[in-house]
Amino acid sequence: MDNWTFGVTMIVVGMGGTLLTLLILSLLMSVLKKVFPYKKEVEKAN
Amino acid sequence: MLEAVGSGLYGLVAGFTNLHWSNPIMIVVGLFLLYLGIKKDFEPLLLVPIGFGCILVNIPLAGLMEEGGFLKIIYDAGVITELFPLLIFVGIGAMTDFGPLLENPKIFLLGAAGQFGIFLTLALALVLGFTKLEAVSIGIIGACDGPTAIYVTSKYAPHLLGAVSVAAYSYMSLVPVFQPPIMKLLTSKKERMINMGAVRKSASKTTKIVFPLIVTVIGGLIAPKGLPLLGTIMLGNLMKECGAVSRLTKASENEIANIVTLLLGISIGATMDGKVFLTPQTLIILALGFLAICLDTACGVLFGKLMNVLTGGKINPLIGAAGISAYPMSARVVQKEGQKYNPKNYLLMHAMGANTGGQVGSVMAAAVMLSILKGMGII
Repeated sequence: MDNWTFGVTMIVVGMGGTLLTLLILSLLMSVLKKVFPYKKEVEKAN
Repeated sequence: MLEAVGSGLYGLVAGFTNLHWSNPIMIVVGLFLLYLGIKKDFEPLLLVPIGFGCILVNIPLAGLMEEGGFLKIIYDAGVITELFPLLIFVGIGAMTDFGPLLENPKIFLLGAAGQFGIFLTLALALVLGFTKLEAVSIGIIGACDGPTAIYVTSKYAPHLLGAVSVAAYSYMSLVPVFQPPIMKLLTSKKERMINMGAVRKSASKTTKIVFPLIVTVIGGLIAPKGLPLLGTIMLGNLMKECGAVSRLTKASENEIANIVTLLLGISIGATMDGKVFLTPQTLIILALGFLAICLDTACGVLFGKLMNVLTGGKINPLIGAAGISAYPMSARVVQKEGQKYNPKNYLLMHAMGANTGGQVGSVMAAAVMLSILKGMGII
């Protein structure tokens, strides 16, 4: 594989892959917060 | 008799006669690193052992980095095996509070934008004639994350380890110097004054415990080659958040992290032998590393501007600068800069969210990069 193809692939797939992965994780975190909502009383008890 | 005395005397001056021209220069470099660590307080935990290791390895005939030498033993045991950066990651995970990130998950995206400089610098390194794996190792300086840079470089371009590590740790400590001008250049006064309000506590303990597990499984499935990095940082964080293993948590963030930091630092310093370190290539690597971190900051701020537009003016773009992995320095820089333009602004917790996002982002970027390399059959 030539350097040009390698570089472009790394930029597109690397940046896209990192962004997509963190987007998925941020969506999962939002879901997590809905599934396990913060309850002040429970937290205090802990 | 006279011959024996002559030989004995030669033994005492052999160190001087075997000095290569590069050795005294590198001893001065080691002293400079010590100065930065001791006098200027720039990452002293690493720059002091690195500086001292650099001095040690540039004294000829001691054989410290030859087979059986004590630095070589440490280097082989912890750097070549990648054990040291991974153990440090357990400690980092145990020290990191992902709470501010969990309060506002969309800030996670700033942690991705803060890694774009890695890939842009990688491409530039290729243009400058570095090999593919060398370019990957140079680009990773932009992660602004020492252990990640060491992990990747020791595996794929070990001959660049000294330059890459010194660049990563030095630039990390220079974040308060080079980030503010970039932040100012790319934002308007109106944007810098945006008040994001207080961070409300909204993540439960269960969420904080499940978070590292989800990141490990999902991140690991997407980029399996980076699982050692991701898994160790998340193990440390799980131990911290669950509260069930406080002895292990304390050991990870104190004793283990301290011992490994010492051994890692001194063995990184030991790679700075003048004969291999003092080359034009090293200067280019240092310049590219600096560019990578500047590009990361710029991409983070620009992404912050985009998020500001998309959220109808609710995001202060300055927090984008904290999307790099220099934790918690860059978050503090953002807080300081924000207050310069609006004394009522309190961006610290928002910036901490972006900063912890940057920590995960830098590990994910490295993981994604390694998995792409594997996918392309390069590693």
